[in-house]
Amino acid sequence: MVQHRLPFEKEIYDMEELLARLESSGDGQLGRSDEIRRIRRDLANLKRMIYSNLSPWDTVLVARHPDRPQTVDYINLIFEEFVELHGDRAIGDDRAIRTGFARLGDFRVMLVGHQKGHDWKERSECLFGCAHPEGYRKALNKMRLAAKFRLPIICLIDTPGAYPGIGAEERGQAQLIATNLLEMSQLPTPIICVVIGEGGSGGALGIGIGDRVSMLEHAYYSVISPEGCAGILWRVANDETKARAAAALKMTAKDLARLGVIDDIIPEPLGGAHRDHAEMANTLKTYLMRYLRELRGLPVDELLEQRYQKFRRMGVFVEEPASAT
Amino acid sequence: MATGSMPERKRGVPEGLWLRCPQCKSTIFRKEAESRFNVCPECDYHFYVSARERIRQLLDADSFEEWFTELRSCDPLGFIDRKPYAQRLEDERAKTGMIDAAVVGRGYIRGRPVVLGVTDFAFMAGSMGSVVGEKLTRSVEEALRLKLPLIFVSGSGGGARMQEGILSLMQMAKVSAALGRYDRAGGLYISILTNPTMGGVAASFALQGDFTFAEPGALIGFAGRRTIWNTVKLELPEKFQTSEFLLQHGFIDRIIHRKDLRTEVARIIDYCEY
Repeated sequence: MVQHRLPFEKEIYDMEELLARLESSGDGQLGRSDEIRRIRRDLANLKRMIYSNLSPWDTVLVARHPDRPQTVDYINLIFEEFVELHGDRAIGDDRAIRTGFARLGDFRVMLVGHQKGHDWKERSECLFGCAHPEGYRKALNKMRLAAKFRLPIICLIDTPGAYPGIGAEERGQAQLIATNLLEMSQLPTPIICVVIGEGGSGGALGIGIGDRVSMLEHAYYSVISPEGCAGILWRVANDETKARAAAALKMTAKDLARLGVIDDIIPEPLGGAHRDHAEMANTLKTYLMRYLRELRGLPVDELLEQRYQKFRRMGVFVEEPASAT
Repeated sequence: MATGSMPERKRGVPEGLWLRCPQCKSTIFRKEAESRFNVCPECDYHFYVSARERIRQLLDADSFEEWFTELRSCDPLGFIDRKPYAQRLEDERAKTGMIDAAVVGRGYIRGRPVVLGVTDFAFMAGSMGSVVGEKLTRSVEEALRLKLPLIFVSGSGGGARMQEGILSLMQMAKVSAALGRYDRAGGLYISILTNPTMGGVAASFALQGDFTFAEPGALIGFAGRRTIWNTVKLELPEKFQTSEFLLQHGFIDRIIHRKDLRTEVARIIDYCEY
């Protein structure tokens, strides 16, 4: 399979190739192994340098990397068991959102997550992670089940946005997302949301109301896609306007932390989650376990009050005394 | 706040003695349309009405008490597109005479006390930023505290306001959480959709009512038509994303002519004995 190479990673790949050549020609010479060590160190520094200076648009590209771990990868890497529960009891089984029971350490949880797919076949099956109304209905059905049986809920968010299509509108895309926002704000069980890749607007928020909301280091979360924003503001979405839009929208994890929207930035392996699924999964697991422990045992009314206040505080405005108007 | 000091000129309604109806193309005398709730006398096309005019049409005369007028948008992202957001806000205020896209407060509908919130398309397409979100949230909380019915009239083409980025998206969550509490406490919420109600506004408070009413012919939906067309490359069905389309697909309770809104809302309040 051809590797997907991001433009700003060229130097990394060049150095990796050089390193691979040296390692494979390994004839055990002393001088050679020193060189290999040096290059390994340089490579780590290079990755650190590049990945600590990603532009917002670069971040979008990393968040969309086809090799980036997705919900199903985390299911395999983090959870001891997954019992998928299909269907929304009305229309069908949306493959862009997966739901089911899972075990995480001592915890039994309800897992809800977007799935974008890695290869073409999987991607066309789950429409690149763009859910229809039935996906949001399915998610809410399973979350209600979780609340009924007092299981915490984990939502992994990874979508370019809710599907913009004729059927989606006919079946109430806006209605189903609206219902989820209202219901999730009131569900009497802990909800943990993590944006693992793309946090695309209402499609992300539709499973994004929780007691903890965090983002992976190179994920993005935005009110509109950079393409959509560029198209509206500059009439045309090209590389230049998309980059401008990505910067203007303040959509990176750092931006959201600064704006008080997320709880934590969950660090990624050196050079991004796509370079080391196992390490990424491990880190994510640590955070999820911590959140579950923090929220366990919190009385329900306190949990709901805290959730209410969490979103209640969001927004920036000024209050001028009436005399000034 | 003095409502009488508002400038007469409004975006969304062309000036002059005569109006041309975009639906039936007939030329109509402005005064006649105005005397009929800004509805075309020939074909019932519902023209844009400002938040102020909406309030005049819905509430008993002089019963409106406006709330939270001291809230002002600022520019938390330092957002610059063709002009800086701070400048855009100034221009919109000058153009519309409004401070932001929502007007909220309390008043009476045929003698029944209500909390009312209206978003106005003229101000940045009625989009929801922090101030709109905060005003609506506070009015839900007041409706809960005062045990009053709540009515929101949505006219928001833009949905969530792009210029405030993720904070606008989070207003959807904030208002929804307030409406969730109000709902659990038994509150009565009537949502009235007007042209247009799209995106993040449709996907939050506009479609969270106990009752969802719409004016005839309003554009209501999640994704914009162009976005959908770019995705599916198919001809969009006739009446796609209109009030009539939503009624047919089961998402709204009633389509109500503007002249009847007052009566119909009062009737629902009476049924719920709220």
